[in-house]
Amino acid sequence: MRPIRFTLWLKLAAWALCLYPAAALAWRTYSGHLGANPVETLEHGSGSTALRILLATLAMTPLRQLTGRPEPIQLRRTLGLFACVYMCVHFAMYLVFDLELSLPKLGEDLVKRTYITLGFSCWLLLLPLALTSTDGWQRRLKRRWKSLHRLIYPAALLACGHFIWLVKKDETEPMIYLGVLLVLLGWRLPWRRWARGILGAQTTT
Amino acid sequence: MLIRLKPQYPIRPSEITPEGVYHGRRRFLAQLGLGAIGLAASACGKAGAPSGAPQPQAAGDSAGFKLDKRTDMAGKEAPTPYEDVTHYNNYYEFGTDKSEPAEYAGTLRTRPWTLAVEGECDAPGHIGIDDLLKLFPLEERIYRHRCVEGWSIVVPWDGFALGPLLARFKPNSKAKYVAFTTLYDPKQMPHAGGVLPWPYREGLRLDEAMHPLAFLSLGLYGKALPNQNGAPLRLTLPWKYGFKSIKSIVRIEFTQQAPQTTWNISAPDEYGFYANVNPGVDHPRWSQKTERRLGELFKRPTLLFNGYPEVASLYSGLDLRTYF
Repeated sequence: MRPIRFTLWLKLAAWALCLYPAAALAWRTYSGHLGANPVETLEHGSGSTALRILLATLAMTPLRQLTGRPEPIQLRRTLGLFACVYMCVHFAMYLVFDLELSLPKLGEDLVKRTYITLGFSCWLLLLPLALTSTDGWQRRLKRRWKSLHRLIYPAALLACGHFIWLVKKDETEPMIYLGVLLVLLGWRLPWRRWARGILGAQTTT
Repeated sequence: MLIRLKPQYPIRPSEITPEGVYHGRRRFLAQLGLGAIGLAASACGKAGAPSGAPQPQAAGDSAGFKLDKRTDMAGKEAPTPYEDVTHYNNYYEFGTDKSEPAEYAGTLRTRPWTLAVEGECDAPGHIGIDDLLKLFPLEERIYRHRCVEGWSIVVPWDGFALGPLLARFKPNSKAKYVAFTTLYDPKQMPHAGGVLPWPYREGLRLDEAMHPLAFLSLGLYGKALPNQNGAPLRLTLPWKYGFKSIKSIVRIEFTQQAPQTTWNISAPDEYGFYANVNPGVDHPRWSQKTERRLGELFKRPTLLFNGYPEVASLYSGLDLRTYF
């Protein structure tokens, strides 16, 4: 009985944390506190929230391995979907406010602006992951589901690249995100196998 | 043990939202609604232009400048509210975030302030800021201001033309360029960091500097410049990207060779010496065809020389793609 309730609270907390940035931006929009450049505030706000939640999603597997508890994996899908939702909102704002829904302009940006190419590719990679995130698709795709969902790794790299590329000069903030991502990806490398390989080689000689 | 206590500063007058801005703070929301209706109504045509442009704000309190004349040089466009002009700034010595200069520029001391004028001229000299303020009658010019990042504002600047000031120092025949330098004092600018090579430097060809549109601003909206806008004196070059309009100037030098300029040193392929506003020459990473006027929902087309064709003759015969 107890562990189920604990998971429930954890899920509620995850929902609350993920919804908070949206609620804050919505409130600032309503009360007129988005600053001098409201569109920019909304675009940057949704984009950086998407990136943060994406990194949180990637932190769940290491967290499970560190704590030995199942809860992080139970939260992983919720987080991943929220990251995708924020990314869709981010993309939609760009389409409406920056491009006024013009497809030729989107085409030009995709070809000419590297940061748009990177961001768009990231969104394109994450979309099938969101669509196949259900239990049903997980069952249907079997082992291929896991390989497919490894697309989150290149997608996260693309997201960081998108941010680095658009910053005028001060790259501190995007570099922090990239640093966190590299730690999270580095964690997944088969360090133990490599260590065993080296040790094994030493014992045979 | 050293305990640092942050002094509690009282609210500065510049931080108080003018009444008009306060009442207009929901205009974005209103525009959002209008924009949505416009978009819906023109699903198969082009999107409706945003209405509800910002209302011009009152020039502030009476303790401001005595202005000799006022000239609208922005085609009757409504000036951007004072609050936005003074809280959305690029002044990297006080942080790279747009809101940071308003937050941190309070440490800049603008009195005493001396401007040194040197180099290829017959009458070099130093002049204090309060003497400079009395040198010419102050006038107000409403100019468009376009940032290289793709946003723009309309500002009533107070000051005088740059040309007559430079002429006082009698540039000689060797003077071909004018170099400008911003104050750099790490003690007053603890947030400067190492993003750009300090001090901030800018430059103009002498004929550009003498052009009647080149302006030296000492105030805006009828009041002395707030620190975050480049107090106590800055350039205002409405046909060039904002980074050319150097802030908090301490030194002017007439030179024979083209002076080095900060953004050009930092990223020569992205920021040229001329930096004329030009929708036909993109920034390597983003488009310069359009801009977002602060207060507007959608982007508007960017104009060649920011809509000041009278400067075009300065660049006749110059390939604006090569000399961007």
